[in-house]
Amino acid sequence: MNIIEVQHVTKDYANHRALDDVSIDIPKGCIFGLLGPNGAGKTSLIRIINQITGPDAGQILFDGKPLNQSHISRIGYLPEERGLYKKMKVGEQLLYLAQLKGLSKSEAMDKLKIWFVKFDIKTWWDKTVSDLSKGMQQKVQFVSTVLHEPDLIILDEPFSGFDPINANLIRDEILELKQKGSTIIFSTHRMETVEELCDNIALIHRAKKVLDGPKQVIKDQFKTNTFFVEYKGNLIVNESRYQLEPLKELENGFRRTNIHLPAGMSPNQLLSDMINQVEIRSFGENIPSMSDIFMRAVNEVPEA
Amino acid sequence: MRNILLVIQREYLVRVKKKSFLIMTILGPLLFVAFYAAVIWIAVGSVDLKTVQVVDESNLFKNEFKDTESLKFSYLSSPIDSAKRQFEKSGANALVYIPSDVIKQPKSVKIYAAKNVSMELKSGIEDVIEKQIEEIKLSEAGITHKILEDSRVNVKSETISLSEEGEKTSSSGAATVIGGICAFLIYMSVFIYGTQVMRGITEEKTNRIVEVIISSVKPYQLMMGKIIGVALVGLTQFVLWIFLTISLTSLATTVLSDKMPKNQQAMVDDVQKKMPGGAMANSGMPGGNVQNPVSEVLGAVNSLNIPLILGCFLFYYLGGYLLYSALFGAVGAAVDNDADTQQFMLPITLPIIFSFVFAQFVLRDPDGSLAFWTSIIPFTSPIIMMVRIPFGVPVWELVLSMVLLVLGFMGTIWLAARIYRVGILMYGKKVSYKELAKWIFYK
Repeated sequence: MNIIEVQHVTKDYANHRALDDVSIDIPKGCIFGLLGPNGAGKTSLIRIINQITGPDAGQILFDGKPLNQSHISRIGYLPEERGLYKKMKVGEQLLYLAQLKGLSKSEAMDKLKIWFVKFDIKTWWDKTVSDLSKGMQQKVQFVSTVLHEPDLIILDEPFSGFDPINANLIRDEILELKQKGSTIIFSTHRMETVEELCDNIALIHRAKKVLDGPKQVIKDQFKTNTFFVEYKGNLIVNESRYQLEPLKELENGFRRTNIHLPAGMSPNQLLSDMINQVEIRSFGENIPSMSDIFMRAVNEVPEA
Repeated sequence: MRNILLVIQREYLVRVKKKSFLIMTILGPLLFVAFYAAVIWIAVGSVDLKTVQVVDESNLFKNEFKDTESLKFSYLSSPIDSAKRQFEKSGANALVYIPSDVIKQPKSVKIYAAKNVSMELKSGIEDVIEKQIEEIKLSEAGITHKILEDSRVNVKSETISLSEEGEKTSSSGAATVIGGICAFLIYMSVFIYGTQVMRGITEEKTNRIVEVIISSVKPYQLMMGKIIGVALVGLTQFVLWIFLTISLTSLATTVLSDKMPKNQQAMVDDVQKKMPGGAMANSGMPGGNVQNPVSEVLGAVNSLNIPLILGCFLFYYLGGYLLYSALFGAVGAAVDNDADTQQFMLPITLPIIFSFVFAQFVLRDPDGSLAFWTSIIPFTSPIIMMVRIPFGVPVWELVLSMVLLVLGFMGTIWLAARIYRVGILMYGKKVSYKELAKWIFYK
């Protein structure tokens, strides 16, 4: 079951095309990474899902139904450029934003109390936003994003501006929200976040979707059948069977090298070939990192 | 609908809770009362006594200059040259020189003074001399004083406007004052509250909160909520001003009446007694020569159709405000910060300033064609029509003007909404008029 289905969405601005026939499915209950270089069209897509703008062609289904006004209260959105009313008090502001999302004042009050305890920010209620530090404002904004318990939470670069402690706090919250059944869309450039948190990803580049799917499947696609080995001794391999990358000398006489296996050959065979020649310290498959995949996918797209 | 109400509520409360709102609300009526009190004070209080020396070589004006409350004349027998030399020491405010051949050369009269002579003093002296010369010339021609007296008829007209309710004493003086005040208030409020809308929108845009808000509220709702919220702030301010002004003026009148000379006090009392009664002819005072200006204005004000003026004032305040605040709002959405608003402000402020300038002419000729056209066109009508209403305006003109104003603000709001929805998400780009035009026709 998909919470969001983006179907052949195209969006044109005055001078350029922001999205070109993009189709993406976002499964319910996952953490979905929306990746792409700056200006790829991520924000345009997020704005369309938020109904801030509309697509020029194509449509978006929310829970199987075409996106409409009633879905607004089921989405929580944290834009990359954070903003709060500077002169308003924290409490009033959060109440206002929660009411705009459809909560009654008393509901909002009850939920806010829980969050204020959870984040240990009880003393902030009557403070003006401009008196808070940037990190504190981020926390307030995060609360405003998730307070109405939305089914879909869209976070644009959620960790920027947080110190490591607060970033951890937010990360734990995100995982907890996922546990409770929310779907989370991450838009980010930070590949370590994607590596750590995302179940599925989609990569947009130059207005087009370049790849999408479960993170694991994509990683498998990008595997090059290369293995690393660290060993002591002299390794002589059959050049016709394996391709060796240049050696790297490690401490204590150990060496490290990457070996590319031809298709259809199992790593076990390689191991058994080597085991007679050298002392192996470690051996493993080179799994491509998200940032490798990102770089490769982006560079493969021809210049427009 | 719920959301637009929430936005209105926020915009309203945030502004009304501000200290500056409280200060303006209290300061406004205080200034008005201070002005009112000053008028009474000047009308009632004593005026500086000025002494004027007269050197009369013609010997025709002995004792013709009558001392008044503020002027004291003294006659010098010394020749003009020595009088001029001693003028500074004498402490007099002015020195009038009438040469011996004044009858043949009436333009040879001279007034010397250390500082500039007031128009009032100058024309007063000229009047006396003119009258005297006229009389001398007439008697030389054989017309006796008696014939002269008989030929002087004093005509004093009363302006009466004819309307369906029948004849009603009107006062063009009071109409001018009321019209002027209304025009000024609308002029000020369109500027003050229009720029508040603009600032509010730019603030949301630069704060980047706008993206969060419009993920839950339609841009149009956010814009309208802001415009309506600020309009209500304006209305609140006006209501408080009217209330405070009335209570403060009655207080001021009570305090001041203790210090007034008896006869004046009687007159003010008289006016106050008559006030609830409504219609009061301003020329009905016995004696009629020393009218108290305060009682005159108060009386005249009562002759105007106050409910109509108040009703129209609210309508034209709202209409004019909606028309212009939408445009101000569009500017706020188009730019990134306050500093960039200048280039777009001019075409909006020009018609407001023009109508305020036109208002001065319309006050003099409230039924001319300039008055007609400017009170029909929505961009100038809020100010100009308010100037005309106290003088009386045909119903069809009023209706036409109101309908056009409603269409006008609906048009500007539509236009503003088109620019707004694109502009609020547009950052870091210097916007040109061409660009704005493109936004309007965006899908």
